Amino acid sequence: MSPAKKTRSLSARRAASTEVSLRPERELRAITDRVLRIAKAGSIPETEVHVDEVIDALTRFANNSIHQHVAEHGLTVSLRVVVDGRTARVTTNRIEEDSLRSALESAASLAASQPKDPGLLPLPTKQKYRDVRRFSPATAALSADSRARAVKNACTLAENKGQIAAGIFSSGQSQSVLANSRGLFAAYRQTQAEFSVTMQQGSATSWAKANAADFRAFDPLTLAKTASEKAARAENPTELAPGKYTVILEPAAVLDLVGFLFYDFSATAIEDQRSCFSGRLGKPLLGENITITDDVYHPEQLGAPFDGEGIPRQRVLLVDNGVPRNLVYSRRSAKKAGTRPTGHGFALPNEYGEAPMNLVIGGGKISIDEMIAGTGRGLLVTRLWYIREVDPYEKVMTGMTRDGLFLIEKGKVTRSARNFRFNQSILQMLKNIEALGPAHRATAEESFEMVVPPMKINNFHFSEVTKF
Amino acid sequence: MWDYCGHSLDVARLRGATYADVRVMHHRQRDLTTKSGEVGTLGQSESIGLGIRAVVNGAWGFASTDQLTREGVAACAAQAVSIAKASALAKKEDVQLAAEPSYVDSWQGPCQKDPFEIPLESQIDLLLKADAAMRQIKGVTLTETDMQFRKIDSWFASSAGSKIHQRRFHSGCGIVATSFKGDAIQKRSYPNSFGGQHILGGYELIEAMDLLKHAPQMAEESVALHSAAQCPEKKSTLILGGSQLGLQIHESVGHPIELDRVLGQEANFAGTSFLTLDKLNNLRYASSIVNVVADARPAHGPGLGTFAYDDEGVPAQCIDVIKDGEFRGYLSSRETAHLIGLQRSGGTMRTESWNRLPMIRMTNVSILPGTWTPENLIADTDDGIFMETNRSWSIDDRRYQFQFSTEIAWEIKGGKKGRMLKNPSYSGITTEFWNSCDAICNADHWVLWGTPNCGKGQPMQTMGTGHGASPARFRNVKIGTAFSNE
Repeated sequence: MSPAKKTRSLSARRAASTEVSLRPERELRAITDRVLRIAKAGSIPETEVHVDEVIDALTRFANNSIHQHVAEHGLTVSLRVVVDGRTARVTTNRIEEDSLRSALESAASLAASQPKDPGLLPLPTKQKYRDVRRFSPATAALSADSRARAVKNACTLAENKGQIAAGIFSSGQSQSVLANSRGLFAAYRQTQAEFSVTMQQGSATSWAKANAADFRAFDPLTLAKTASEKAARAENPTELAPGKYTVILEPAAVLDLVGFLFYDFSATAIEDQRSCFSGRLGKPLLGENITITDDVYHPEQLGAPFDGEGIPRQRVLLVDNGVPRNLVYSRRSAKKAGTRPTGHGFALPNEYGEAPMNLVIGGGKISIDEMIAGTGRGLLVTRLWYIREVDPYEKVMTGMTRDGLFLIEKGKVTRSARNFRFNQSILQMLKNIEALGPAHRATAEESFEMVVPPMKINNFHFSEVTKF
Repeated sequence: MWDYCGHSLDVARLRGATYADVRVMHHRQRDLTTKSGEVGTLGQSESIGLGIRAVVNGAWGFASTDQLTREGVAACAAQAVSIAKASALAKKEDVQLAAEPSYVDSWQGPCQKDPFEIPLESQIDLLLKADAAMRQIKGVTLTETDMQFRKIDSWFASSAGSKIHQRRFHSGCGIVATSFKGDAIQKRSYPNSFGGQHILGGYELIEAMDLLKHAPQMAEESVALHSAAQCPEKKSTLILGGSQLGLQIHESVGHPIELDRVLGQEANFAGTSFLTLDKLNNLRYASSIVNVVADARPAHGPGLGTFAYDDEGVPAQCIDVIKDGEFRGYLSSRETAHLIGLQRSGGTMRTESWNRLPMIRMTNVSILPGTWTPENLIADTDDGIFMETNRSWSIDDRRYQFQFSTEIAWEIKGGKKGRMLKNPSYSGITTEFWNSCDAICNADHWVLWGTPNCGKGQPMQTMGTGHGASPARFRNVKIGTAFSNE
């Protein structure tokens, strides 16, 4: 049996049922072996192969009923060749032998079409990886019916409260293998589940969301209740004057704002002089209570323990008590800087280099309730929305509050407020942190998931107010 | 491909679907970038697969697969049916689809020069030359260029009998010069920021943009911005360049008119809209000189929102959105049309790829040209600011309050374009802003801009949209708030 026939046979077996599961790792390894064999036969000096398989499903609801309900299953092969100091990448989801051969030929042709790259490195050799286990069989097996029932419970809660629910419940599984012609092989698989809910009462809304490797790490109905209770409190918002306020940012708000710093820790961004840390490394820049690491091994994180070239990810201390100390490096940027790669490189070729994708911001011990109790006048922010960079060096960001902005007076939440637009430097903000809560995995919509604490911040700048 | 379509529809029907439609899509893409004199990204990709949408027990299910075999597509169809049955566990009403004839057709969008047939060496050479031309200017610290090409084949079939094949090429290119000095980063982009200009078409776009000619000017302006005066904070007359007006339309007209947002279907993610149903034909959206259409027809031009049929098989149409300043129409689908009393969908259902569900998306949402020339417009402005090329954009989740900043601006005094201003920004409330429009430039200065990166939906889909615009003037606009610290 030829490899191509074997692939078709396995596909047909999977197709016999509507339930789908990831291929065994050996099947993905067989694809990488096939690519490397074809490349060798074609005298391509160096080849790297990524094989990624994704099975995702998402149940989406609005107006207290399911309106979109989807599932996808896909596998892609992405290969890179290095020929005579040049490199290029071709990606395909056709895995027959002829298609893979054609993809390799295209990559070699693309590579040959450009000038030599004197900074291009040979492919890395075999590496060792820490074992990380983030695959929940129960999450992989979560059915459309199960998600629909959980959604129905949230919708029923909304109806009973005279509210309108909208949101998603998703579950999925994915795996990646990376191999190259110098003997490197890396493999990783994970599951992921997410529940997000917006509750609307009259013209007021509020929101709650959770994301984890195992769907049992959160309770959809509890999240729905949280959003429901806050929506009820958010009705009849007061219009406040724009200005500088003490704010308590819930973790989702912290994540979406501070998450915009992630690429600034890239050694390539520093080299390109587009990082806000250019000329500021090693100097006191943020508050002494701010420590930021990148740590894919943190128990609440997700993600592979290797980067786009297969280099093991390291835990990196980025900001040490307010001082930006270290950057993350790909192999290329590390060589330029005369240091070792940290395992944060993107798949090559690319112009961005690397970035930390698993930020952990050190927390404190003050709960949100305690922060509120200690606030004379301020605002409690549920989440932020449509955040964009206004000034890349001072890291001024703009955006809106959304789904629950509450006024705090004399240690208590007294009423809701109309949403504000902010124009706020993240660097300045991180000098003004009065209190930090416990750090946990947070999820929102503008940044990828990270481990962050709630923050109480002084002099947060709201510039304008909207109509709701 | 038609066999896969037909077989999956047969399986869906046999398993209980009362309606189903299927899309096989084949995407091919090439991405080229340079950075500071070196090739950055150099890659090609292709993706082919099938997605099927089925109504069972009055509810929707969607499944997709890259297993293009009879067994693979049958399993996918069965999964869509199974998911639809699960959806019915939490439904309020049965899905209703507006009537639509079935069509059997094939269409290819305009493409004078197939970008995949142009030698790659010449494409890279052009980008490297443009990159080098920007680096000639002292003070430039980072240069970037890019080209992107896509070829998309789609085969749509429905249980009602439609069979439609469409082929589209999308092409885009841009250059950016960045200058870091002291405590500021300034940049200039041509022909637009965030990837440049994008059209439905081929390599003819790249040739028409003449990147080499504009590279030195972008580099010089990025450096000159450091010594320019700060854009003041005040209320002022504002003239927007065409590309910035295109984005203003996208954010403050295009998204609010999406009927799925209006109906709360995007409430959890993209948000809702201030354009509640009671406002249709009952809102002075803009001043009387403003006319906006959503026009997907090829006659509108080669935009990223141009096609012959949408992704539920409805022919491309032109919809009046704002007519003489009055709000006249939403973007609709077969499922939502009846909710606003329409007999037929507006034909705006679009999908990113085979593995995504079609959803209401902008087509080409364009402001129609006025009568002014840019020269006359400036000459007619005693005191104002001319802003060009977007730098940041943000708007609330109901699309009332917005803030934009641009890369560059110029003061206008006594009818003359004066000194350069750095860090320009403006903000406002959507309807107040549009009602302050008192001049729009003519068709000679109207460009159908492409926005290639519009995100919407869960799972997220990225879609290209078109926005025809010419420079326009707005009165009494709030300027400079983004950089104010008060």
